[in-house]
Amino acid sequence: MKVPYSWLTEWIAVPWDAAVLGERLTMAGLELEALEPAAPEFSGVLVGEILSAEKHPQADTLRVCRVTTGQGEPLQIVCGAANARAGLKSALAVVGAVLPGGLKIKAAKLRGSESAGMLCSAKELGLADSSEGIVELPADAPVGAALRDYLRLDDAILDLNVTPNRGDALSIIGVAREVAALAGGKLSGPAARPFAAAHSGTVAVHLDAPAACPRFAGCLLRGIDNTAPTPIWLRERLRRAGVRSISPVVDVTNYVMLELGQPMHAYDLARLDGAIHVRFAQSGEAVTLLDGRIAQLKPDVLLITDSSGPVGIAGIMGGARTAVGAKTTEVFLEVAYFAPEALIGRALRWGLTTDASQRFERGVDPSGQERALARAIELIQIIAGGAAGPLTVAESESHRPVRLPVTLRRAQLVRLLGTEIDDERVRGTLEALGMRVAMLPEGWRVEPPLYRFDITLEADLIEEVARIVGYGAIGERDALAAERVRALPESVPSEHRVLEVLATRGYQEAVTYAFVDPQLQQQLFAGVPALALANPIASDLSVMRVSLWPGLLRAALENQRRQRDRIRLIEHGARFEQRESVTREIDTLAGIACGPRMPEQWGLPRAMRDPVDFVDVKGDLEALLASLSVHAELRFEPQEHSCLHPGRAARVLRAGRPIGWIGELHPSLVRVLDFAHTPVLFELDWAELALDRPAYREISRQPQVRRDLAVVVDESVPLSRLAERVALVASSLLRDLRVFDIYRGPGIEEGRKSVALGLIFQDFSRTLTDDDVARLVAAVVVDLRATFNATIRE
Amino acid sequence: MQELSSLVERALAEVAACAGLAALDEARVRWLGKKGTLTEQLKSLGSLPAAERPAAGLRINDAKTRVQAAIEARREVLTREEIERTLAAGKIDVSLPGRGEGRGGLHPVTKARLRIEALFQRAGFEVATGPEIEDDFHNFEALNFPLNHPARAMHDTFYFPDGKLLRTHTSPVQIRAMLERGAPLAVVAPGRVYRCDSDMTHSPMFHQIEGLKVGEAVSFANMKAMLHGFLQAFFEQDLAMRLRPSYFPFTEPSAEVDMSCVFCGGKGCRTCKHTGWLEIAGCGMVHPNVLMASGIDAERYSGYAFGMGIDRLTMLRYGVNDLRLFFENDLRFLEQFRTL
Repeated sequence: MKVPYSWLTEWIAVPWDAAVLGERLTMAGLELEALEPAAPEFSGVLVGEILSAEKHPQADTLRVCRVTTGQGEPLQIVCGAANARAGLKSALAVVGAVLPGGLKIKAAKLRGSESAGMLCSAKELGLADSSEGIVELPADAPVGAALRDYLRLDDAILDLNVTPNRGDALSIIGVAREVAALAGGKLSGPAARPFAAAHSGTVAVHLDAPAACPRFAGCLLRGIDNTAPTPIWLRERLRRAGVRSISPVVDVTNYVMLELGQPMHAYDLARLDGAIHVRFAQSGEAVTLLDGRIAQLKPDVLLITDSSGPVGIAGIMGGARTAVGAKTTEVFLEVAYFAPEALIGRALRWGLTTDASQRFERGVDPSGQERALARAIELIQIIAGGAAGPLTVAESESHRPVRLPVTLRRAQLVRLLGTEIDDERVRGTLEALGMRVAMLPEGWRVEPPLYRFDITLEADLIEEVARIVGYGAIGERDALAAERVRALPESVPSEHRVLEVLATRGYQEAVTYAFVDPQLQQQLFAGVPALALANPIASDLSVMRVSLWPGLLRAALENQRRQRDRIRLIEHGARFEQRESVTREIDTLAGIACGPRMPEQWGLPRAMRDPVDFVDVKGDLEALLASLSVHAELRFEPQEHSCLHPGRAARVLRAGRPIGWIGELHPSLVRVLDFAHTPVLFELDWAELALDRPAYREISRQPQVRRDLAVVVDESVPLSRLAERVALVASSLLRDLRVFDIYRGPGIEEGRKSVALGLIFQDFSRTLTDDDVARLVAAVVVDLRATFNATIRE
Repeated sequence: MQELSSLVERALAEVAACAGLAALDEARVRWLGKKGTLTEQLKSLGSLPAAERPAAGLRINDAKTRVQAAIEARREVLTREEIERTLAAGKIDVSLPGRGEGRGGLHPVTKARLRIEALFQRAGFEVATGPEIEDDFHNFEALNFPLNHPARAMHDTFYFPDGKLLRTHTSPVQIRAMLERGAPLAVVAPGRVYRCDSDMTHSPMFHQIEGLKVGEAVSFANMKAMLHGFLQAFFEQDLAMRLRPSYFPFTEPSAEVDMSCVFCGGKGCRTCKHTGWLEIAGCGMVHPNVLMASGIDAERYSGYAFGMGIDRLTMLRYGVNDLRLFFENDLRFLEQFRTL
C-alpha cells in the first residue's frame, strides 16, 4: 500500500522523517518495500498565470502567451498546448529551470517568436505517465510560488507491504494508528462532520443475507455536476497512492477508501431500478461488470441487486448498468460492511483483486460506515455540489460483528517470549493500539477494537506487545541442552556416503524436476500410469515422474548438446508410482552413464577407451553395494524392461528381493533421442540400501590351493548359473571362485564360449593334499559336463 | 716371481678396462675363480721347495688380495654408473596428467543441505521427512490456513485432479512429526517443495528446510539464539541478525529473519539492495491452533518453527547468482562443487 508521508502527517504527528518512519514501521510489521519521491527532481518551475494567449503569427498550433509570475514584467511564452488560455494558472518553467531528466530551459525563439520559458504538462514534470495539455492549477493558486512548494512535491511515498492479517492497516488512518502506537500521540485527522439532509429522498435497502452483510449505510445525492474538475490536491493524493483520477464521485469514493479504509460504491440513480437487496446469487445468474466482462455467478457470491437484477458483486466490483458517468446528476452512495467469509476467494475466480475486495476480505471496520459516508458527502459537495438526503442505515443488530475479550496472562507472556516486560509497558502498548485493557490478578483482560480482526487468542496479544516493544528488545537465550542420546541406527547409511561412493567413481549428482514431459515418459514407460498435474506450469512439465530416468536422460542430452562426450549423472529423489488411485512415493537413487569408459587420457589400453557398457555400470553398483554390505547376496537377473536393450537389462536383487534395475537404453530410443553413445541406466530403491552390520568370521590358517579350469559352454549359460553349480559341487572347501577370462573365437565352436575359472580351496583344520583338490575338481568337471554339456579346455 | 708381478699388472689392467658389471664378473672368474690364473698359481706352490712355499704363498695371496680389491673398487664404480644410467633413462615428465577415473561430486544444494542438517543435528535436532504429494489438511488446514484465505492464494499451489497437491513448503512435516512423535521434540525437515511460479528468481521446484522445536519452556528468545547461532555457523561469519514482525498463519508471533549481508558485512551492496540486510528465513512461535491440530497440549507446551530456502543459503554461501543454474544440471557448473 502506498502511503504519502504528507497525507499521513495530516492524521498524526510523525516525529521521524520518512526513512526513519519506514524503518520503524518495518520493525513493527508493516514492511517498507520502497521509499519513493512524490515527484522527480526539477527546479525553477513556478505558478504562472496566463494573462493572454494569442495565436502564433507563423504557426497554427502554437500560441504566444503573456504569463505573469507576480514579479516584474509578464513573460512571453510560446506554447503548443490547446488548453493554454487567458486566466489559466499553470506550471511555468522559467529560464534556468531544470526539468526531470536534466532538461535545462533557455530563452528560445520558436518560429520567430521569443519564448522566455516553457509552460509544462504533468508528464513533463514527471507527475503523470501521460497527460493532455499543460497543467491546470486552481484559480486560487498563489502566482509566483514554486510549484514544488505549492503542491508539496518534496514528499515521500512509503510503499508498505501489509500482511493479509492486517486489513486494518490498509488505510492512512490505519497506518496513523500504528504510528500512534509506536511514537505516542493522538490521531488528528479531519473530523467527521455530520451533515444536514437537504431533502428526504433515499433508496430502500433490504438485507436478505444479514450474516454476510449486517450493515449498509446509504445516502442519496441530487444535483451534482460530475464533470466538475477534481481539485489538484485531491488528484495529487490519489496519484501518490497509485490511483487514477476519473470523476469527482469516483475520485471521492477512492479517496475516502484510501483514507479511512472503507470501500464504497456510487450508483447512478437514474439507472437504478427500485429498492436494493443484498442477497446471494441464484444459480445461472450473471452480471456485466464495470470493466465490461460478464461474470457468471455461483450461489456463494454476494450480490447487490435492484428490481431488474444484479447491479454489482458486493464488495468486489460494481455492475456496468448503474455505473456513474459524466452525465450522472443523482447518485446513491453505498457504504457497507461485508463479512470477510462472504467474500474471501470470490474475486480471484474472475482473476480480480480490487482495492475493495482486498479490504473486505481482510476485514473493514464494522463501525466505520457513517463516518466514511459523511466524509464522502462533504467532499463531493465541495467539488460537485449537490444536495444530500438523509443518511440511512440498514442494519441487522444481531449480526453485527463483536470482539470478544481476550485474557493475557503475565506468566504466558514471559514463557512464550522468554523475557520479562514491565506491566505498565504491556498495558500502555495495548492501549496505544486501541485496545481496552483491564487488570486481572494474573494479567490483563483485553478488548480489541472492532477494526482488528486478528486478535482472538492470547498469542495474538503477545505478538502485539512483542512487535511494538520490538523483537530486538528480546534477548537471545540458549535453551537447556537435551540430555537424551538420540538414535543413530547403524543400518541406515548416511546419504552423504552413498552419494560419495558414486562420486568417487566419476558420477556427478544432478537435481531434475519431479514433473516431466508426458511424451518422453510414455516413450520410456509405455502404458505405465502417471499422475498428472491439474495446473502444470508447462505442458512438458505436467506429469509426475514414475522414474528418475526421464529427467536424467534429458539432463544427459543437454550436456551432450553442450559438447560433453562423457557424462555420468546420479540423482536422489522421489519417484511417483501410480496404482489405481493410490500414489506411492519411492525414495530413489538413479544414475546414467554414457560416453567413454574412462576420461580421455594418455596411456590407456584400447579397451578402456570404448564407450561404457552394462558391465562397467554393474561394477559401479557392485562397488556401491560392497560399501553397504560385506556379503550381500547380490544378483543381476536378466529381465526385459520397456526402455532397455532386451539382452542388456537386469533386475537387481539383494538377498532375493528386487531392489532396482540396470541396463543399456534400448537402441531404438538411443536413435530417437539422438544419443551419441548408448547410455547405461540404473535405478535403486533407496530404502533397500540398508547397511549390513559387519560380523566377524574365523580366518583359516591353512594354505590355499588354486586350480584353474577353462570351461566351454553354450553362450546361453549365464555365469551366475555356472558359479552356482561349481559352488554346490565343490563343497564348503571352495573359498573363492574367480572369473579371469572369457574367450570366443578360433578353437571354440560358434555359439559357445570359454570361461576361465579360478577355484580357490582351503580347509580350516588341515592342509589340503593334491589328491583332495584333484577329487574336488574332477567332481566339478563331471557335474559341469552333465549339467551344461560343458567341455574342459586343457 | 717376475712372472707373478706381471700377472698382477695384467689383471689390474684388465679390471680397470672392464666397461660393465658382466665383463668385470668374467674378469673375476678368469683371475680369481676356481680355475682362475691366480688361483692356479697357488696350486703350483706344491712344486716349490718346502722352504720357499710360505713366502711364495704369501706373495700369491697378497697378489690375489690386490686384484680382489681392485675388482671391488671397480664394481662400485660400475654399479654407480649403471644406477645413474637407469635413472637417466627412467626419467619421466611428472607434469603429465595422472591416470584413472575422474571425480564426480554432490550437487551444491545437497552439499549445503547436508551441512545444514549436520549443524542442526549437533544442536539436538533430528532429521525428519515427509511426502511431496500432500493433502490440504497437512499443507494448509492443520497449519491454520483458513479456507480461501488470501495467504493460500499467495502459495501458487500445484494441484492434482483429486484435490491433492504438491507441498508448497516443508511445514507439513511439522504436523506429521508432531502427530507421530508428540512433544517434546526437535526436528529439521529438508526437502523439495513446489510452487507454480517460474522466472529469474523462482523455480517451480526448490528446496526448503523446516525446523521445529516443541518443549515445556521453549521461547522466542531460544528461537533467536538458535537461528543466530545457525547462521553464524553456516556462514562462518560473525554476522548480525534481526527479526522483523511478519505474518504466517501457523506461527504467532511471526517474524522474518534478516541477517547482515554476507558480501558487504552490512555496509550495503548490490546483493542486499543497499540495505545491509538479507532476508533469509521465516520463523515464529508455533500457533496454538497448530499445536492443537497436532494433538499437543498448547497450555503445557510451546514451540518455535522456522523455514529457510536451502537454494538461497547455497547461493549466498557459494556466490551463485542465478537460481536456475541449480536445475540446469550443466556439468560445467556442477563440477565446480565436487569437493567432499
